[in-house]
This record gives sequence, C-alpha cells and structure tokens, in this order.
Amino acid sequence: MSDFSDFNWTAENAAEAQRLIGLYPPGRQASAIMPLLWLAQYQVRDMTGVAWLPVPVIEFVASQIGMPYIRAYEVVSFYTMYNLKPVGRFHVQVCGTTPCMLRGSDDIMKACKDKGMAKGATTADGLFTLTEVECLGACANAPMVQINDHNYEDLTYDSMTVILDMLARGEEPTVGSQIGRTASCPEGGPTTLTEAI
Amino acid sequence: MLADKDRIFTNLYGFQPWNLEAARTRGDWADTKDLMSVGSDALIDAVKASGLRGRGGAGFPTGMKWSFMPKTPNPDRPSYLVINADESEPGSCKDREIIRHDPHKLIEGALIAGFAMRARAAFIYIRGEYIAEAKVLMTAVQEAYAAGLIGRNACGTGYDFDVVVHRGGGAYICGEETAMIESLEGKKGQPRLKPPFPAGAGLYGNPTTVNNVESIAVVPTILRRGPEWFAAIGRPKNEGTKLFQISGHVNRPCVVEEAMGLPFRELIDTHCGGIRGGWDNLLAVIPGGSSVPLVPAHQIMEAPMDFDGLRDLKSGLGTAAVIVMDKSTDIVRAIARLSYFYKHESCGQCTPCREGTGWMWRVMERLVTGDAEPHEIDMLLEVTTQVEGHTICALGDAAAWPIQGLIRHFRPEIEARIAKRKGFIQVPNMGIAAE
Repeated sequence: MSDFSDFNWTAENAAEAQRLIGLYPPGRQASAIMPLLWLAQYQVRDMTGVAWLPVPVIEFVASQIGMPYIRAYEVVSFYTMYNLKPVGRFHVQVCGTTPCMLRGSDDIMKACKDKGMAKGATTADGLFTLTEVECLGACANAPMVQINDHNYEDLTYDSMTVILDMLARGEEPTVGSQIGRTASCPEGGPTTLTEAI
Repeated sequence: MLADKDRIFTNLYGFQPWNLEAARTRGDWADTKDLMSVGSDALIDAVKASGLRGRGGAGFPTGMKWSFMPKTPNPDRPSYLVINADESEPGSCKDREIIRHDPHKLIEGALIAGFAMRARAAFIYIRGEYIAEAKVLMTAVQEAYAAGLIGRNACGTGYDFDVVVHRGGGAYICGEETAMIESLEGKKGQPRLKPPFPAGAGLYGNPTTVNNVESIAVVPTILRRGPEWFAAIGRPKNEGTKLFQISGHVNRPCVVEEAMGLPFRELIDTHCGGIRGGWDNLLAVIPGGSSVPLVPAHQIMEAPMDFDGLRDLKSGLGTAAVIVMDKSTDIVRAIARLSYFYKHESCGQCTPCREGTGWMWRVMERLVTGDAEPHEIDMLLEVTTQVEGHTICALGDAAAWPIQGLIRHFRPEIEARIAKRKGFIQVPNMGIAAE
C-alpha cells in the first residue's frame, strides 16, 4: 500500500461516501468532492498516521463522482487544509494573524522553534510539522494553535512548551483554554447570564 | 447594559449542554409550527419590522434580502438558503460560539428562514478549521432530523426542508457569498461576477440567499418575542442585540452579547475589565474585523458600537470583531500582518488583487522597518485606491482599507521610522533633512 495505487475505501467509509454523495441533489455529485477529500485524508491518516492526499488517492476520489482528475486537483491545491505533501504526526498550526500577534503569538512560534521546529518543515523524527496559519477564528482566546483536530488556546511560551512535550511523550494535553477559561467567557467568570434563564 | 432577560444566546459560553434536550429547556423548537403558521410573507414582514441587519459585516437588511427570492419557485429550480459559517475574518469568533453551544438556534432559524424564502434546503458552509464545531453541528442536525423537526413534514407543518452541513477547506475567500456557492458546487472558491445576483441565479444556478449564522440564529427568538421587542433595543436603523468579540489588549478578552450602539468604553469596562494598562494606554481599535480601517483612541472611546456610529468614523461595525491595541503595539507591523493575510488569501482571479495584495504587503514590510523613501507612502496610498473597487469581490477593498486607515491616522509614525532609518532625527516643521 506504499504507493497508494490500490487505494480504496474501507467498508465503513464506502458507506459514508455514498451518504455524502446523497446529500446533494441528483446530478450535483461534484458538490461532494470536498467531503470526500476530507474522508480520504482521514482514511490515509488512519492507515499511515499521516494526514495527506497522495495523487492516486485524489484520482480515486475524483473517479467516485466522475470528476476529471484535474478538477479534483484544483480543489485540493486551492484549499490549504488538504495536504499535498505528508505532514508530521502532529501538524502544529500556529495562528500568526494580528489578533493572535497582539497577544503574543511570536512567543508561541518561538516555543516551537526552540523545540527544533522550522516553519514549513517536518522534524527529523517525523513527529512535528510547523505551519504558520492565518486566523483560525478563536480570537477571544488568543494566542492559539491547532494541532491535528484540537485547539489549544490562551497560550503562553511555557504552556505551549508543555503541550509539545506532552505530545512528544504520547500524552494528551488538555484541549481548549490553557488557563482554565470556559470557552470565550471572560477570565474569572461571566459578566452576563449570571442568573439562569 | 443589556439585561439578561433580553439576551438571545443564553448558552453562549456552553455552561449548559448544546443538545436538543437542553436546547428545548432554553425555549428552542418550542412552538416552531405556530411561528410558521402565519405564512412566508408575514414572516418576512416581521423580520423587516424587527430592523435586523445582516450580521456578517455588510449590514444589509435581512428581511429585505429574503424578499428578493421568488414568491412561487419553479419546481425544476428549487430555491436554496446558504448559511455562511465560514467565519474567517481576523478577529471574528462569534459564529463558533453559536455553533458549538447553541446549534439548535441556528437549525431552527434555518427552517424558519428557509420557509419564509420558500427554499427547499439549507446548506450550512462551515469553515474547515472548525473541526469540533462541525461535529457538534452535524450531530445537532441529526438530532433535529430524528425528532422530525427538519426533513419531511418539518415540525408537522407539511413543509419539506433539508439541512446539509458542508465543511470548507481553509480558504478565507469562501466567506464571500458567490465564492461560497462555487465551493459548494465542488469548485475552487473564486467569486462570481454580479449580476446575476444569487437571488436570481445562485447555487446550481437556482435562486439562493446567503445569510450569516448570527442573522439566522436570532430569527426564532425575534419571532417569539415579537419584532417590536428587538427593534426597541439599540438605536434607530441599528436595532437589536449583537455578539461582540473583543480581542487584543484588554484585560479580559471575551465574546459577549450586547445591545447595538453601546459606547465602546462601556463595552470594554463592563465586560473586558478595561484596557490593559488603563484608558490612557489605548492606541487604536479595529472595531469590526480586519477589513475595516482602524480608529485612533480619542475617536473610538465614546463612539456607539453600531453600523452607523462606526461608519461616521470612516470605519465600520463589520462582524463586531473588536481588535484593541494599546500603546505597546507596533501599529505598522499590526497592519502589515493584515496585509500578509490578504496576500495569502487572495484567490488570484483578479489582477489588481492578486498582484496588488502582494505589492502592498511588501511595501508595508519595508515601512515596518523604515526601509523606504518618504514618497512611497503616497505611492502606497495611490495603489490601494487602484486595488479598491477594481476587483470582482470585496477582498481587494478589504486589503486596501486597513492600509488607508493606518496612513490616515499614523502617517507621522511611518515617516518617523523612515527618518530614523536614514539616520536623521526629524525636527518638527523642518521635514526630513536632505542627504
């Protein structure tokens, strides 16, 4: 399975693919290209530990809905979350846009670099890929990072270092705010909705 | 300050579960069938009467937008509602809270809005990075189907209405309504020329309305409590409540629902514990997400936070994503970083934007260090006006405005950096010494 040329859905994903195609009106199955690419990228991750879309996988997905390969490739290359190259086991996506920058995303980036990461590269052990990404929409909890499927928010240099150390040891850091906030509620407790409605 | 009893999003922070059972205790789905029984036109009239303006940034009246949809849809060309949950505007993080903590408000709103505009289905386009949020929303949709609230004979009304959650893939531009439609059709998210407008030819060439998550999620509550209740909050033409998202240099950043038109100072003091270092330490504020020009401290402090109040300051409410910057901020770098954002997110379709965003960013980077000539400030300003208004969608405008705001209010700061780099101390009234 190393070159992915015989890529096929797992039984579970084959059913899921049919369900996804069925969500869109008849004749409009091209709409399913994005959900199917997501499904494929997750399946590749489950199979190999690395989330990405090799060319044979894109070809396979395109064939499922009768789409020319080049159209599917256009979609993959346009949207940044489909990986055309393998990433590390942990894809560390540090938000560097202004709201996070104001709250210290430079420190978060430095914490990553101090662990031997470089922007746009994967560490030699294949564990971490570091990417600076654009606003991930958690600005009231800045600075933040998304690692694989999880957000870590309200970060500092130290808490980011702890998270990376834990991941490297195979542990699971607490997801969400690192200072104990509930979602985007003001630190220390809500200023509204203090009585139950 | 808005009273708790007048808040729509009573589970904003997720202190209670998001599921259907908990949503029902908060009043969602209580009498949806009765609300819909007045008929499509009466629903649109009620939303018009509430004064609700679109919460996605442009502030177009929501009821009027719905009224552009065909009154008698052609069965071969069913109408669609597309809900914009591609929240990607830097500073914005409100739709996320609605989706992960109160998804049933959105789904119920989708049914009612869809019925009002005679749509066959709603597609909720959620940004790819909202992974946990998309899971919640998909599960909530399944709950609603299982309970007969949507799908065939939704809520027992005899109306068939589907809701589909569609995940994006990390492209800011898909928040533009026609790019979103392209993306939903399985293509690259590149905006379409208008006209035709989506209400005439949108998704699959069929009549389509694209609404923001917040605009849709507030509708059931507005109808339950009456449009006059909503219209009584805020200021004329700026009615209702709004989710404000405050980030940056405040003591306690947060998302909070408040009345439109609340003065900036009251918003920050009441909910965010004030400006970091006190009010004298405030430098500037971007009041509506990255696309709107910044406003310097002395202008924003007492300004009403609504569409017209901020338009009067040559800025805008946008998504009400309030980015606060204190005097420790490198203001030129803060805006240069936004220029990089727009360069990164330009879809590449229109030349002025594709080339211009990169050009503007490179000049901005030089202005950060002062490695520029003084005349380049005016050249940059000139280029922003050549990008602005010369592209298919508003991304070109959005890239231009922050730079224009910076030069309008902080030109001396930029000039000082250039002078410093050149090794001269700028003396007031003498300009820059000749080399």
